[in-house]
Amino acid sequence: MDILNNMLSGQVPIEAYLGVSLIMFFAGIYGFLSRKNLLMILVSIELMLNAADINFVVFNRYLYPGQMEGFFFALFAIAIAACETAVAIAIIINIYRNLTSVEVGELDEMKE
Amino acid sequence: MQYTLLIILLPLISFIVLGFLDSNLKPKVAGAIGATVLGIITVLSYYTAFEYFTYHQIAGVYEKVIPLHVEWVRFTEFLHIDLGILLDPISVMMLVVITTVSFMVNIYSLAYMEGEKGFQRYYAFLSLFTFSMLGLVIATNIFQMYIFWELVGVSSYLLIGFYYTKPSAVAAAKKAFIVTRFADLGFLVGILFLSFYTKTFDFGVLTSGDASVFASTAGVSFMGISGMSWAMGLIFIGGAGKSAMFPLHIWLPDAMEGPTPVSALIHAATMVVAGVFLVARLFPVYEVYAPEVLHGIAYVGAFTALFAAVIACVQTDIKRVLAFSTISQIGFMMVGLGVSGYGGHEGLGYMASMFHLFTHAMFKALLFLGAGSVIHSIHNNELNHMGGLRKYLPITNITFLIACLAIAGIPPFSGFFSKDEILSACYKFSPYMGATMTFIAGLTAFYMFRLYYGIFWGKEHKHAHTPHESKFAMAFPLVFLAAFTVFAGWIPFGHFVTSDRANYDIHLDYTVAGISVAIAVLSIILATIMYRKESVVPQKLASCFSGLFKAASHRFYIDEIYIFITKRIIFKHVSTPIAWLDRHVIDATMNGLASTTQWTSVKIKDFQSGQVQQYAYVFLLGTLLIAGLVLFF
Repeated sequence: MDILNNMLSGQVPIEAYLGVSLIMFFAGIYGFLSRKNLLMILVSIELMLNAADINFVVFNRYLYPGQMEGFFFALFAIAIAACETAVAIAIIINIYRNLTSVEVGELDEMKE
Repeated sequence: MQYTLLIILLPLISFIVLGFLDSNLKPKVAGAIGATVLGIITVLSYYTAFEYFTYHQIAGVYEKVIPLHVEWVRFTEFLHIDLGILLDPISVMMLVVITTVSFMVNIYSLAYMEGEKGFQRYYAFLSLFTFSMLGLVIATNIFQMYIFWELVGVSSYLLIGFYYTKPSAVAAAKKAFIVTRFADLGFLVGILFLSFYTKTFDFGVLTSGDASVFASTAGVSFMGISGMSWAMGLIFIGGAGKSAMFPLHIWLPDAMEGPTPVSALIHAATMVVAGVFLVARLFPVYEVYAPEVLHGIAYVGAFTALFAAVIACVQTDIKRVLAFSTISQIGFMMVGLGVSGYGGHEGLGYMASMFHLFTHAMFKALLFLGAGSVIHSIHNNELNHMGGLRKYLPITNITFLIACLAIAGIPPFSGFFSKDEILSACYKFSPYMGATMTFIAGLTAFYMFRLYYGIFWGKEHKHAHTPHESKFAMAFPLVFLAAFTVFAGWIPFGHFVTSDRANYDIHLDYTVAGISVAIAVLSIILATIMYRKESVVPQKLASCFSGLFKAASHRFYIDEIYIFITKRIIFKHVSTPIAWLDRHVIDATMNGLASTTQWTSVKIKDFQSGQVQQYAYVFLLGTLLIAGLVLFF
């Protein structure tokens, strides 16, 4: 009941943030493995990245208050994730133009 | 005397040029190149001999001249292989012999081999052979000699197998190569044995008479025989292989499958005396440190001489008669070395052996070239297809007769002088040896005149076309060598080549000379009675001694014994099990490795499916597994 009390009184404990990020991360993994649509896989990857970002911020905030490395790392990660998404979308569009499909199961031409 | 390097290099260059251009050259051009190069180096060798024997004598002793010496490979502080040129009386003499005979053979072949397929290749091989043989005799150390020794073997192999479309020639070439290679194994082991104890390959050091070189061999013995005897005996096996000593002689008669000029050059005059040369080169070592091996050499030589002479009496192929005669004469040379002592009068045998080597090279080359001339005109080797050829081949007839008289030991031809010296040395060694060798000399006279009468006299055989005398290119070498044969005996050989390189005056031993000449003349008369006209005596004799006759015609079944030992014993009881082991154990292991790898890769290749999600899944499982391991262990 301590956690609930703390939350109600405005004190959010670190476990709550980590719980959210854990759920996001595994949702991402699950989505990555089970979704067949490339776009949905991309969304799953973003989900995992964001979970990691939350971890950075939270650990910085709770373990090393007054320092900024974790925040900056999170900012960099967000910027890079944006670029990566742009590239991934471009690739997916090209795949769609060539195959008229974005099903991941059909993309095994490059194994040899 | 740096120019002696040219004597070696020119034939090598000629070989490379002829070998690479091959059929791009016209046959005439190739022949001209080969013969010209040989002409040049012959002149150079004569000049070398002149300069060496005139200017390099100090107080009656010829010095050893080393105009060139390069260190090639260094093994240890002491042991290194050098390349160089060593001039001493025997090597200078060999230079003269080799270049003279080779030059004559090159000229002769212009006509003899005319129109043959592979004429250019033939000349390339002749140059290669001349190069290797010259390199062998001027070697400064035993390893350089070994290298050229093998090169000589290869060129002999190539030339015996020149008619490579003929199965018998191919078989003969292989036989010659394998037998001599087998003997060379003994040579190599001997070299290693010797150099292990003496720490040197150098002939100069080995033959310097310095006892400290051999100090470490003292007390070394193996199976009751001293270390030096082992080393020198093994080295002699190499020499016995090349020089066709019993029982390693079996390759030489078959080597007659090669073109006749090749037989004259390689299998009569030069390569087959390499073994004699080897023993002569290491003679001081044999004489002091392995005298029992030297005596062994004498007995082997004597037995071979007798054995081959008996076979030569009944062979019908003229080249084979000459081949066995060569074996017999090399036996004479070996005996000469074997019975010899060192220095002055003691070294008579050595001097005589070298003298005989010199004269024999000339008259045996002459005999072979004469036989070639006969074969060229009637296209047959067999004695019973010949007879009465003296009318058609006058030059060949006269020169052949001169050579026969020389080999029979009739004065004043060269063979008389050299053979007589060998016989004197034998009588000094032991009367029995002398008597045996005199008997063999008589046999020699007999079988040579049997051959002579068989070819040029007797009943005329019908030929497909009238035999004709050879062209000038073939007649000239015959006349030139005949001139050599007539006059070479008068060379005061003791002033040039002796065991201790000091001057020595030869004195004819008139008793020995008288006996041997009398026996030779008797043998010739016997041969004249039996073979000059058609007669029933040979037939009767053959049926009288039918066992001996049959055995001798089959060359005493030595080849059959070899075949029996190799096929029935070695191949069946050694090679077959080894082949089985190779196939079923070694090969099977290798195949097992290969098939296991293949099986594994077939099994795991499905992992690479191209499905990204599958990869990610495996990756995830792996991560979890490693995480679990880290956490719980």
